[in-house]
Amino acid sequence: MSGAAQTVSGRSTARWAPHRTAAVLRHLGLRGAALVYLGAMVAVPVAAIVTSGFGDGFTSFRTALAIPYAWTAIKLTLITSAAATVINAVMGTLIAWILVRYRFPGRRVLSSMVDLPMAIPTLVTGLMILTLYGPNAPIGKFLDRFGIQVAFTWVGILLALCVVTLPLVVRQVQPVLLELDPAEEEAAATLGAGAWLSFRKVVLPAVRPAIVGGALLTFARCIGEFGSVVLVSGNIAGKTLTAPVFIYQLANQFRAAEAAAIATLMFTISFVLVLVTARVTRRVEV
Amino acid sequence: MSAPAAPATGPAGGRSRFARGALAATAIAYVALLLLLPLIGIVTKAFQPGISIIGDTLSRPEVRHAFLLTGIITLITVAVTTFFGLVVAWVLVRQRFIGRSLMNAVVDLPFALSPVTVGLAAVLLFGTGGWFTDFVSARGIQVLFALPSMVLVTIFICIPFTIREVVPVLEEFGLDEEDASRTLGASIWQTFRRVTLPNIRWALLYGVALSTARSIGEIGAVLIVSGTISGKTETATIYIFSALEERLEAQAHVVALVLAGVSIVLLIGIEWLHRRNELARSNT
Repeated sequence: MSGAAQTVSGRSTARWAPHRTAAVLRHLGLRGAALVYLGAMVAVPVAAIVTSGFGDGFTSFRTALAIPYAWTAIKLTLITSAAATVINAVMGTLIAWILVRYRFPGRRVLSSMVDLPMAIPTLVTGLMILTLYGPNAPIGKFLDRFGIQVAFTWVGILLALCVVTLPLVVRQVQPVLLELDPAEEEAAATLGAGAWLSFRKVVLPAVRPAIVGGALLTFARCIGEFGSVVLVSGNIAGKTLTAPVFIYQLANQFRAAEAAAIATLMFTISFVLVLVTARVTRRVEV
Repeated sequence: MSAPAAPATGPAGGRSRFARGALAATAIAYVALLLLLPLIGIVTKAFQPGISIIGDTLSRPEVRHAFLLTGIITLITVAVTTFFGLVVAWVLVRQRFIGRSLMNAVVDLPFALSPVTVGLAAVLLFGTGGWFTDFVSARGIQVLFALPSMVLVTIFICIPFTIREVVPVLEEFGLDEEDASRTLGASIWQTFRRVTLPNIRWALLYGVALSTARSIGEIGAVLIVSGTISGKTETATIYIFSALEERLEAQAHVVALVLAGVSIVLLIGIEWLHRRNELARSNT
């Protein structure tokens, strides 16, 4: 594919021979602008984080992880993120399925609601959850009678993560489901397969890469989430303090090197995941 | 095998209708629990102290300044990410060179970074002992705890949106139309304006809308670099954050409600653009 594109552009430059130098210069100019933009805006800041994280070899990692509750914060972030990812992978697939296959009043509204977290500020999401599930809020009080606390516990963190990442799996799975031919499922049904069996054998294999791609994006987003979590979690060290909030607190205390160490750790996990996602979703498109 | 299946249609049909209803109800309940209820919650909470609190809050100078600052940051961010996003998308699709896949990966980097980490990077670059601290302070430019750093971190976070929307559309349209326009004597600029831009406009606008929403809602990164100076470096989201810390809950809820309103308007625009974009792509 890259070879084909090369011959096409090669031929077109040859056709305008008098302008050839100008065309080459323009090509290089645009490429240079793109490289400078991405280099200055993305690569340099990331390099600053990573070099600062590895500043004195592994010392800053060791000192950062030696801070009381640093590990607890990282573990809490990874566990709640994994839980939110599983929940939204299942619910996201279900919602996408319903949006594509069912016709019912309010379907358009449901579809818009799913997109809402893309538009609404995460901090506002956090505040919304607090106004509803907080200690003095209607649902919060009601749940409290059964001993369930949402605000300032891991339940609240999980809820916030689920809200913020709701669209990701849905929007990966939906287009794949739309393209899937219902005839295959109908064939499975005529052959006597139940709804669940035909879903598992016919639909799931087709949408699996999209689910995995959406889930990985969800996880990467979750382990970096700040705006909604910082309000809902209460940030109690050793209990509800997550890694991003911990990084924020360290940065505020001018402990940039330790903050960078933890940031590097989290970033490595999520960048590997984003790269894997890019691979997986590209396979979906082909 | 088909024989037992045929008479079973009656009860199975009823069961499957029930199952379908249950599935739809589960999905709707999940979305309502996660989004609809909290949205209603914040509206009632904002109006709880009475209508006058809305006017009172919105006439406060620091609140107005916060909205103005959010507007300025959003405008600059969207202008920069749209213009350079187009350049990067073009280079990624139309040029083949060593390091192209690396460039492709770098575009996705901001998705992998926590906003907090982005803010931290700005501190490492422009704070005490930072890479560029001497350079900017020698020129008397205040970057950290001022507008420049707030704009820079927001741009970083918004970089992928335009590029990831425009690249697939550019790929789909290919070179034929552009080549035809060039052979017919159109200049590069004419070709871009008359052929390329109309083809990608919905994707481009969709990217713009996503960047706008993200810029308005950004908190983690700007919070770290802003220094939260009231009436100076407070954006609308930072205002909510510090108002909550100062226990000005009513004010925080009003500003949050305004932001929620803006994002719902944006969302309607995004949905419309998305549909136009899909339509334009399916027509080719």
